[in-house]
Amino acid sequence: MKDHSQRSSDEKESTGIVYPKSITRRDFLKRLGLVGGGLIVYASVGDMHALARAPRRGYAGANVPVDFNAFLKIGVDNRVTCFVGKIEMGQGPITSFAQMVAEEMDVSYESVDMVMGDTDLCPWDAGTWGSLSTRFYGVFVKEAAAEAKGVLKELAAERLRCAPSQLVTRAGVISERGRPDNRVTYGKLTQGRLIERHLKDVPPLKPSHAYTISGKPYLRRDAREKVTGKAQFAGDIHLPGMLYAKIIRPPAHGAKQTNIDTSAAEAIPGIQVVRDGDLTAVLHPYPDIAQQGLEKIKAKYMVPQTGINHDTIFDYLLKKAPSPEVASQAGDLKTGAKKAATIFEETYLNSYVAHAPMETHTALANLENGKMTVWASTQSPFGVQRQVAAALGLSADKVRVITPFVGGGFGGKSASAQAIEAARLANISGKPVMVMWSREEEFFFDTFRPAAVVKIRSGLDDAGNIVLWDYRVYFAGRRGCQNFYEIPHHREAVYGEWRIAPGIHPFAVGPWRAPAANTNVYARDLHLNLMAEAAGQDPLALRLRHLKDRRMRSVLEAVAKKFSYSSAKLPSGRGVGMACGIDAETYVALMAEVEVDANSGAIQVIRVACAQEMGQVVNPQGATVQIEGCLTMGLGYALAEEMHFDNGKLLDTNFDTYSIPRFSWLPKIETVIVPNPALPPKGGGEPAIIGMGGVLATAVHNATGAKLLQLPMTNARVKAALKNRQA
Amino acid sequence: MIKTIVFKLNGKSVNLRVEGERPLLWVLRTDLGLTGAKYGCGEGVCGACTVLINDEATASCQISAKEVAGSDIRTIEGLAQNGQLHPIQEAFAAHDALQCGFCTPGMILKAYGLLSSNPAPTRQEIIDGMEDNLCRCGAHVRIIAAIQSAAKALKGGTP
Repeated sequence: MKDHSQRSSDEKESTGIVYPKSITRRDFLKRLGLVGGGLIVYASVGDMHALARAPRRGYAGANVPVDFNAFLKIGVDNRVTCFVGKIEMGQGPITSFAQMVAEEMDVSYESVDMVMGDTDLCPWDAGTWGSLSTRFYGVFVKEAAAEAKGVLKELAAERLRCAPSQLVTRAGVISERGRPDNRVTYGKLTQGRLIERHLKDVPPLKPSHAYTISGKPYLRRDAREKVTGKAQFAGDIHLPGMLYAKIIRPPAHGAKQTNIDTSAAEAIPGIQVVRDGDLTAVLHPYPDIAQQGLEKIKAKYMVPQTGINHDTIFDYLLKKAPSPEVASQAGDLKTGAKKAATIFEETYLNSYVAHAPMETHTALANLENGKMTVWASTQSPFGVQRQVAAALGLSADKVRVITPFVGGGFGGKSASAQAIEAARLANISGKPVMVMWSREEEFFFDTFRPAAVVKIRSGLDDAGNIVLWDYRVYFAGRRGCQNFYEIPHHREAVYGEWRIAPGIHPFAVGPWRAPAANTNVYARDLHLNLMAEAAGQDPLALRLRHLKDRRMRSVLEAVAKKFSYSSAKLPSGRGVGMACGIDAETYVALMAEVEVDANSGAIQVIRVACAQEMGQVVNPQGATVQIEGCLTMGLGYALAEEMHFDNGKLLDTNFDTYSIPRFSWLPKIETVIVPNPALPPKGGGEPAIIGMGGVLATAVHNATGAKLLQLPMTNARVKAALKNRQA
Repeated sequence: MIKTIVFKLNGKSVNLRVEGERPLLWVLRTDLGLTGAKYGCGEGVCGACTVLINDEATASCQISAKEVAGSDIRTIEGLAQNGQLHPIQEAFAAHDALQCGFCTPGMILKAYGLLSSNPAPTRQEIIDGMEDNLCRCGAHVRIIAAIQSAAKALKGGTP
């Protein structure tokens, strides 16, 4: 049995970036051998022109691994295969990477195939998170494609006997300008040879105005597989002789096993009980029979009484707070307080939230000829490779991780303990073993979005200017807390990150879609509304008068237009709220309208509008779908999602009590992407979710005057806030 | 106890020797190799395991093998005919009504069940009908649009 401390160290390992040792040219060529025929052109970051130009700040820091970051195979059939270490979990890079390759190589979009998240075939990557795929990795993909095209042109120049500058590329064919019959296809050029050639000068990437594929809307390219049931997730892989494992689990985090009796399980025909240190599992060809065996195991535990539950956690966290790190600051808080005519002080809370992907953590592991292959639902195949190798005492090249389609991640599959469990059980049983966590296990072993506290002390001067902003965030983390308003005296202090808090939380915590930003935007925007109300100002006007940042103004103005916003003082009873922020370098602003039922406390969201400026957009269709998904998913943490627990025991074990958004919750959703083609692509998978707590809390405040100082805004909390308002 | 259970599966007769109490979901996924129905919750509260039993959308994790004896079962694998997508499948693809795709087979079959009993549902009837199927990616607005469009494509006829 893995205890909590081990789990959190796994989580830390898999979400922190750990660089592999340098990949040698030999390793690389070996990989190419695995890919089979055809010719391979690659861009390498090792040598590395791409590196110098790629905006890697924040992605890999100074310790950039020497690896081949994207490579392309041109098949005899003229199809292009692009290998990337990223994974597809619904966010859509399988489509947008293919667009980028097709664009830069001048091949048709349909002729590009994607291979993703296979550690034997794909270049190393830390993991799929942080809305990094397009804005950072996309640069490598494009540069690989541009370099490949350059190499092909050099080869074509030799074959067609003309200068490279005289060559035209189109739809996978290179021809001489003015002599269209003097032509050769990419496939013919590369046929049967290994090309290792680098260009002295890497060709520049196409300017965005020349794009014919990038920037155009494309439907998901995996839709057909997904609507027919052919799409394979980790749990759908079948190997002959494979067994399903059910693992004995403790009743609570921190519980210690004192006694175990597996004899009744072992008496069931066909069942095998295996132990590997702290891991005890029941194996059977059918998961439901393995489950029956599991239920026959008698185990006793000592459960520590911590006295911590979902209500007491906030005081506990404040007591445990480490010393702060300052995320941003200007001026001097004391001066700001002196200049303030009115001071506003408030404390905001949010509860633990689960990732709850529809696909539970799943992995199939198979040991064959000394090599462990693991099919895993994970956001970090290379992280899993390293962890499995470490757990089994194998070298990394003896572990292959293959990532089939992932059934949702949202940060929760950055940690993939199930894959290590499957590998350990396959190792000791000698059979292929599938570990598919039950929904109860998924809720128990989730790396939750941490419960958090935000304290804000702010001040307005007589003229209605914000002169003080003293912001303290406890355990959510810094992302999204940095001030972007024109406030002369401000300080954003961060007491603990979502990632680094050993021994603090009663169970594992980790990155949850736009980690920390959801909490920070909620607190900031609700607080701004309270100030606007006291000052008798329209809340949009208050924001705009303190904003010089053009990108932020552009999204606020765009959303107001889309929403047909008209100014009004608070509370207007209209039920209109707003929130804005920056995430993954993307600017986003939301407006929403709600209705509050004062009797039940129920909030119905009528409509939500979102304006997002994300630089160049590779796939506007995919970006829009991501925005809609963010807004819909965000209804959950704003209105209902909260993990109840008591002494390390999680009280929510399934979707009957842990409510995630349903069809009946849907508002009318309107989205607008504010164009900014001069800027390279920014993140798209997370930004729109960051404002959902804030936009709905401000809308409820606008509707009723009630201050919802804790997320989620459950019916009971709404009723209590309405009562407080009257008092 | 082990029984021989006979039923129709995706148009073909199946004769299966199986422990009768086993959940249909796992019989489909293991004995029959049909993995389109997914495990999501095991308690019939998420809809990922939805299959059609006599054209009625049913949570396959909540029904045992012996209970489907004599029934006509259709899974997502049996919806497209001769490589031609069913209009509901077409509509889901055309509307991008999916992201990770894990809930998609259940959503499509639930929509099929809905349109079987109500070929021209209002938006509210679609919402009510789909309410118990969960999607974490937030494809809901597109799923509603896809079902509306599929209903139109079926011209008020049953699927």
